Amino acid sequence: MVVPVLTARFGVPGAHTLEVARRHGVYADLGRVLALDPGAVITEVTASGLRGRGGAGFPTGAKWGFVPPPERRGNRPVHLLVNADESEPGTFKDRVLLWHDPHRVIEGTLVAARALGCHRAWIYLRGEFKFLQARLDAALAEARAARLVGPDVLGSGFDCEIATLRGAGAYICGEESGLIESVEGKKGMPRIKPPYPAVVGAFGDPTVVQNVETLAAVPWILEHGAAAYRAFGTPASPGTKLFSVSGHVRRPGVYELPLGTPFPELLQAHAGGLGPGRTLQAVIPGGSSVPVLTADEAMGATLDYEDMARLGTFLGSGGVIVLDDTADLVAALANLTRFYAHESCGQCTPCREGCGWMARIAARVAAGRGTVEDLATLEDLARALPGRTICAFGDAAALPVLSFLARFRSAFEARVQP
Amino acid sequence: MSAWPDDLAPEAASILASAPTPCAATLPLLWLVQDQRGWIPDEALGWVVAATGQTLAQLEAVLSFYTMFRRAPAGRWVLEVCRTLSCELAGAPRLLDHLQARLGVGIGETTPDGAFTLLAVECLAACGSGPVLHVNGVPYERVTPERADDILTALCEGRLPERPEADAWSYPS
Repeated sequence: MVVPVLTARFGVPGAHTLEVARRHGVYADLGRVLALDPGAVITEVTASGLRGRGGAGFPTGAKWGFVPPPERRGNRPVHLLVNADESEPGTFKDRVLLWHDPHRVIEGTLVAARALGCHRAWIYLRGEFKFLQARLDAALAEARAARLVGPDVLGSGFDCEIATLRGAGAYICGEESGLIESVEGKKGMPRIKPPYPAVVGAFGDPTVVQNVETLAAVPWILEHGAAAYRAFGTPASPGTKLFSVSGHVRRPGVYELPLGTPFPELLQAHAGGLGPGRTLQAVIPGGSSVPVLTADEAMGATLDYEDMARLGTFLGSGGVIVLDDTADLVAALANLTRFYAHESCGQCTPCREGCGWMARIAARVAAGRGTVEDLATLEDLARALPGRTICAFGDAAALPVLSFLARFRSAFEARVQP
Repeated sequence: MSAWPDDLAPEAASILASAPTPCAATLPLLWLVQDQRGWIPDEALGWVVAATGQTLAQLEAVLSFYTMFRRAPAGRWVLEVCRTLSCELAGAPRLLDHLQARLGVGIGETTPDGAFTLLAVECLAACGSGPVLHVNGVPYERVTPERADDILTALCEGRLPERPEADAWSYPS
């Protein structure tokens, strides 16, 4: 039985209110942590091996360490932007986490802000999360009244304002520099890097953009120590992770598992397995942007960064989409290409044009009106994307196309005319 | 022409006071207008331009970049059906067909009485409990055609139905 790091208060009635959250341990260790040297906080987070849970998997402590100290940033302020733009198809963990445990996310934000020397943080929610913004604003108001947010947090002398912001419908605002542009009041078009946000981010100031789930793990790590966190997971993938399971399973949902858990355990023991008489056909393991796996590959996989890399895919956001033998994989790819064509921000030509063409061709193939040549064109378009765009959206749009065609070629060839 | 109307002015001033730069107030100000007016009328562009320092061209670009800002009035109830992969697997096409037939409108259209606008949208981050339907931003999950009928009945009575699924994170079939 695993100690839940992230889901301890799921199902606790009223855990979104301050009183119940406090009774169940939220903010209990905050006073001690705020008294620590900020460098010691970063050292502990680095030692835990925590990696960003939004999709990129970047080491969190290292990211915080990139923010220049005051003497090297001309005393510019540091901004912390909590990425609650959850938009990756197949991913719904941050929504559940924010709904059930908003105070733990606020606590994680306070700890990160203290470590970074940040006095003003924003929680950026996707536009469609209006119902979550109301929940979070209520939690923030309670926290402010209890002197957990605002001036002199818990009498520590540390000031930290936290407010929510809401996007307005744009997948690309989940990309960190797109999110920064949106926070500045502009179109969410990603920026060329370098400079990285840790040096030049929002309003030209050093900025850290961090996923909700990542920050929610931080208070537990500080309270129990990096070694306790590393007791879960593998050496290269320490800790636990939330997996969002959707598609053809009997119990879809959000499940917290130690990294390194075999995929069949997630599928059978947590997600309830497939429907009666069904067999597994394919699994998208980390959100719609990562390469799809065959049934055999998935059933032999463990859910961690290194095993996903071995299989040529990514752990991503942990959004697991399960497709059984009834799934029309050609239609599934057409659906995803339409998503990326809809969401491309349009500033890079290979992405703007390529996503549109891929969507039109994939739709034609799915409708049975495609040709063998269409499959070659699809692959050409997808190959022209990775590495040729400002942000990783180009890769995200191309990888489903390339992996579906590589792993399930016969399904596509059976659908086209010669 | 660029002065905020009396009913919005206090909240607009408060948004501007807490924004790190005037330009950063753009999205919150646009949300203020849309939440209060139901859409963003042309006259509001003048208010936001004057407040934020954006040019009209920049503001028009922002408005067209984000899918949720409306430049024309919508129905009293805006129905958004997610159609991305997990919801498609869970039956979103059937839900969309059903709503079109029940309401007698196509996707993107508003019923003649102004009661309902039907939209098909991309992933709403509730992939485990599809098909997902947002009603004026309130999420309803696992919406079968039968449940959609119940929801429509409640909306016709002027109320949003209960959401017994709100606290779930696992969805046994």
